[in-house]
Amino acid sequence: MVLKVFFPSCCSSAESGILIGRWISEQNSAVILAVVHFPFIPAQVKQYLSEVQQVTKIKVSVLGSWSNSKQEKEESLSEFLEDLGTIFSHEPWIQISKERDSKFWSCSTLQKQSNSPKEEEIILVYYDQRKVMLSHLHPPLDTTPSTDHKANDASKLAAMFDTVANSKILFMTDRYDDGPIKLTHWQSDGVEASIIVELMKQASVPACMLLTFLLSLTSAICKRRMLKFWPLPFLWSKLSTCEQLGHRLQHLQVISSNKKAQNQIQLMRKANIFVSLLIDVALGILLMSWLYRKNRIGHLADTLIPVADHVAKELQDLLQWLMGAPAGLKMNRALDQVLGRFFLYHIHLWISYIHLMSPFIEMILWYVGLSACLGLTVALCILSDIIALLTFHIYCFYVYGASVLSLLRLYCLKIYGLSSLWRLFRGKKWNVLRQRVDSCSYDLDQLFIGTLLFTILLFLLPTTALYYLVFTLLRLLVVVVQGLIHLLVDLIDSLPLYSIILRLCRSYRLAAGVKFRVLEQKHGKPLRLLMQINPLSYGSVVQTYRLPTYSCYPKDSWTSLCKKLFFGELIYPWKHKGEKQD
Amino acid sequence: MEERRYRAVSGAPIALRRRQHSASCWELAVRGPRLQLRSLSAVTSAVWLAAYGLFVLSESSMVLSAAIFITLIGLIVYLHFVKIDQESLLVIGSLGIQVTSSYASGKESTTFIEMSQVKDVVINEAIHMQKVIYYLCILLQDPQDPQGVSEVVPLFQSSQPRLDCLMEVYKSCQEILEQRKTAPQSSGIK
Repeated sequence: MVLKVFFPSCCSSAESGILIGRWISEQNSAVILAVVHFPFIPAQVKQYLSEVQQVTKIKVSVLGSWSNSKQEKEESLSEFLEDLGTIFSHEPWIQISKERDSKFWSCSTLQKQSNSPKEEEIILVYYDQRKVMLSHLHPPLDTTPSTDHKANDASKLAAMFDTVANSKILFMTDRYDDGPIKLTHWQSDGVEASIIVELMKQASVPACMLLTFLLSLTSAICKRRMLKFWPLPFLWSKLSTCEQLGHRLQHLQVISSNKKAQNQIQLMRKANIFVSLLIDVALGILLMSWLYRKNRIGHLADTLIPVADHVAKELQDLLQWLMGAPAGLKMNRALDQVLGRFFLYHIHLWISYIHLMSPFIEMILWYVGLSACLGLTVALCILSDIIALLTFHIYCFYVYGASVLSLLRLYCLKIYGLSSLWRLFRGKKWNVLRQRVDSCSYDLDQLFIGTLLFTILLFLLPTTALYYLVFTLLRLLVVVVQGLIHLLVDLIDSLPLYSIILRLCRSYRLAAGVKFRVLEQKHGKPLRLLMQINPLSYGSVVQTYRLPTYSCYPKDSWTSLCKKLFFGELIYPWKHKGEKQD
Repeated sequence: MEERRYRAVSGAPIALRRRQHSASCWELAVRGPRLQLRSLSAVTSAVWLAAYGLFVLSESSMVLSAAIFITLIGLIVYLHFVKIDQESLLVIGSLGIQVTSSYASGKESTTFIEMSQVKDVVINEAIHMQKVIYYLCILLQDPQDPQGVSEVVPLFQSSQPRLDCLMEVYKSCQEILEQRKTAPQSSGIK
């Protein structure tokens, strides 16, 4: 079997010594973690290794010897190194030697027990200790203790990554530390201590506590019975601003909780939430500073009323056009007039409502604009709600008067009425008990009335269908605008910005796997491979770390949407509680 | 290291380069046809002629600059995401199989499959449009079921070599996979 030796590339210039690491016997591979230099006392090394083993729970042992001869090859040294194998008994004893500045190392194994020295092939794999230590293999394994061993068996690379990541404690010792043992391994160049970072670390604990307190206060207020009376929860559920605020509150609770993140995924989730919240608030404050400069709010309020007037005027023109002969169609005059008048009256009501509001609009906008400091998403949600309120007349045309004369309901009734009357026309009926169409013999007067009604409804259908079509299109326009706004909000909410930045700047942190590069070969020397970390693609970064959102827009497929439109069912812009109803 | 010329399914010339790094390490690279200057200039001139025609009709110079940008961006996208220059397979005994495809711009996308996941490397037959083509693929082991195959990873998807070329690659792969089959017994004895 081929023997694999994972060798840290930072140790390639280390002085002679012994190799310590982990032997993974089922894969016949050795993961070398560090080199212990001469001189050392074997008892001390053994004690040190047992200490490390206790802390890291990894079976760290002496695997072999490492000789880096800068001068001529010394016979005595090589003999000495072989003798070392008897002190630290390990099977097999790996001997790696580097001659001067040669790139090709010779590598051999000693097996004492097997009397026939088998020629084993050896692969030397160089790895970057720092990157392997910091990276996280994806997809993350379930680290439940029961499946741990199975996972280790399944993936040898995961085992190797685990070994290096868990032996972090080994790398903590300083280069200038005068301990009993001198080690060479990866060492950070030291983090420059920044006062600001330290202060922020100190300040984060009380800040989190204060935040938790405030959050519990707000949630207590929200849960008061006063706010639980009938109309209010209904209203809250319809306003997307409230949903967004609730969502953000949950995020804040996640961040400020003082529980330590248990694993990598939760840690990344926290960081992602934090960065997305930060960027959201920053964008919101940017928007606010833009809005409040040069009295832009006032200008906005001044233009809002004429726009609303203009929309109403256009609607009136549209209705006038529909009341005549739209596109040369000949409509039922009486019904046409009734419907048109009804809608005209509605628009009149709407305009007077707007004009009643007009003195307060600037003030309302001014206060609403302040909410942008809670985040851009909140501001966008408020905008969406304002659009919903300002186009309430369009919505009313669509829904209003469900009992009396709602266009929609009328259309809806008609389709059902027409279909049942069409069955009557053919002498059949819908059997409710058996869920099928049966033939049925009707009386003469039943047939007469039914046919009469069928004819009337059939001839009135084009008129109502036209009104329905026009107002559905208007309604769809509003729904699409709101949908776009919610899509933007969802994007800001769900984008895992921290992970993306990490992937951009420190691509080795999120590893999808590894890739090997074959280094220069020389005959008779072991195969040399360079192990590099294969970063996760951006698509899978987003997929893995996407933050869950509440969705405001309906999750209808296109066909179901068209079906709903045809049968005249209501399309809501907001979250459909339909999943439960269905 | 040796290089042999073969033909792809479409008839385009391709070159298979085999390189044995050691007894248990083969590198097999299939190099597809290079980007032809003729086709590149034909596409560019077609786009620019169309743009010039539109310019004469509409008399707006926006069309011309848009055409230049479209050809530039199109070329970059084509070289960086579409045109695969070389597909190589690195089979390392007892470690795994690495599949690399290098794009014309130099970008490389690599996937490494560990040997414990690899069940076998086989040549498959498939019906593509109106002809039967052969392709090489790696069968991945199902972790739950030792007999089952969880996934099929097709190789050399862009160059699509013919059967004679695939046979060569197949033989080299099997040579190393055979070593793996004999190896566990010896370790079992130990």
